[in-house]
Amino acid sequence: MSVEHASIRIIDGYARGDTDLAADEVWALEAHLEMCRVCRDRLSASVAAQAPAVAALVGTVWSDLEPQLVGTAPVPRRRRWSARLSKWMTPVMVPWLAMVVGVTLLALLLDLADTGSGEVSLVLLFSPVLPVLGVAASWSRGLDPAYELTASAPRAGLYLVLRRTASVLAVVVPALLLGGWVTGVTAAQWLLPCLAFTSTTLALGGVVGVTRAAAWLVAGWAVVIVAPTLAAGRTTFALATDGLPVWGLILALGIGVVIARRGAYSVLGAHR
Amino acid sequence: MMPAVSAADIAPTPYAWEIRATGLKVRVGRNHMAVDGLDLSLGTGVHGLLGPNGAGKSTLIRALATVLRPAEGNLELLGESAGGRGEHRALRRRIGYLPQEFGYYKRFTVREFVEYMAWLKEVPKADIPAAVQHAVERVGLADRADKRMKTLSGGMVRRVGIAQAIVNDPSILLLDEPTAGLDPAQRLRFRELLQELGKDTCVVVSTHLVEDVAAACTDVVLFAEGRLVFQGTPEDLAGAGDPEHVGDSPLERGYAALLLGPGRGRGAW
Ligand SMILES: [Zn+2]
Repeated sequence: MSVEHASIRIIDGYARGDTDLAADEVWALEAHLEMCRVCRDRLSASVAAQAPAVAALVGTVWSDLEPQLVGTAPVPRRRRWSARLSKWMTPVMVPWLAMVVGVTLLALLLDLADTGSGEVSLVLLFSPVLPVLGVAASWSRGLDPAYELTASAPRAGLYLVLRRTASVLAVVVPALLLGGWVTGVTAAQWLLPCLAFTSTTLALGGVVGVTRAAAWLVAGWAVVIVAPTLAAGRTTFALATDGLPVWGLILALGIGVVIARRGAYSVLGAHR
Repeated sequence: MMPAVSAADIAPTPYAWEIRATGLKVRVGRNHMAVDGLDLSLGTGVHGLLGPNGAGKSTLIRALATVLRPAEGNLELLGESAGGRGEHRALRRRIGYLPQEFGYYKRFTVREFVEYMAWLKEVPKADIPAAVQHAVERVGLADRADKRMKTLSGGMVRRVGIAQAIVNDPSILLLDEPTAGLDPAQRLRFRELLQELGKDTCVVVSTHLVEDVAAACTDVVLFAEGRLVFQGTPEDLAGAGDPEHVGDSPLERGYAALLLGPGRGRGAW
């Protein structure tokens, strides 16, 4: 912005309402006044000094308005935390995230009580699918009433999806850290599967809808891994330490697909 | 006081039409073309998109809102191509959209919801409170701004929908059945607002109510089975009907004549 200000001569003339100011000068001055606080302050000082009649008139208007202004409630600026949080998660996601935390705590309690699951850690067994539950509700045509409005906004798309995914992970990861710390499962064992499932949900979600992708993945995990593991009572091969490179590969693939198909998150999904 | 004029305000628009479609086709589901070869040019003003239910009005509006991608043909909005794989962020900042099924978060207050939408529309942070207040005032909800959405009547919810659509001061405003749920007095107020908005905005209002069009629109676009049947002024539409056509008003008779007229004898109802 220009640092050149209006001269005192022009401002004083403008305050007095002089007729010798050229029209283009007046226009330029008014345009500048709209943008420049310094010159507005100088103008108000100038009005007081040069045009006492105007100052008196403004004073009268103010004193007339004051009783009414007292009666008008100011715009409340205190925003509720839920409204501020909406930039990170929709209200729809909140009960789902509560469920994720609930499942984690339940798994932890069962692990501590050591009821019949043998040497298998339930916290570890559930860890890959926990974020999926939260992500399912984050970008859902069926669950989110404002889905269509959101999808039509400029901020829609990969950026918003990742923002919401980050907030899901911000809930899931601390819950799992706590569970892992209590039961002695290291973060290395669950973090990669957890992230790999998250990225796969988003990648698959770009094609069939995030909620449907999440349902498929959770069901698949339950049938292929959870059920046999609980039946056998041993930690599954899928969550053994030497499986980690495979999880890393899945994570990388998922991220690749999400980035390649980023446009899919800013249009209406074909499926509910 | 004269307003400050910025370079953007006096720059000539680089396009002749706000909305320009040529041979536009939009697919719904696997093989149904809901918009089937549409040629349409719309400029500033209020355009009433009229047609029977299932004519593809909502699909067309969704394509104009860039949430559905054209299957074929060209769609230019504000001089920018709206096809392809891009996210159209800059373009979307200048579009306002009210979907037919306006979904919202019940626990939010009116102000919180419109603020949230302003944030989603990337309105600069410093401008949001004023823009929200202005939008809420324009739809006559200033006294309810801090009430929860779940306490509002259907008509008021609709007005919140209109407020969120205009909060980013759009150049293209797309309203899908905005008068559904409004009582007659609200409808009158809404038509006034439309006329006001139409002075410097390209407003597209889809409706199945012929009287909405008569009262507020500068231009009627009659749409049936995915194609343009008629485009002209409300007077032209009224002139198309004869006394023997069905309808209570000249406009309704014109509407019936054009939909059921020669070549469209199958009956679009
Ligand atoms: Zn200055």
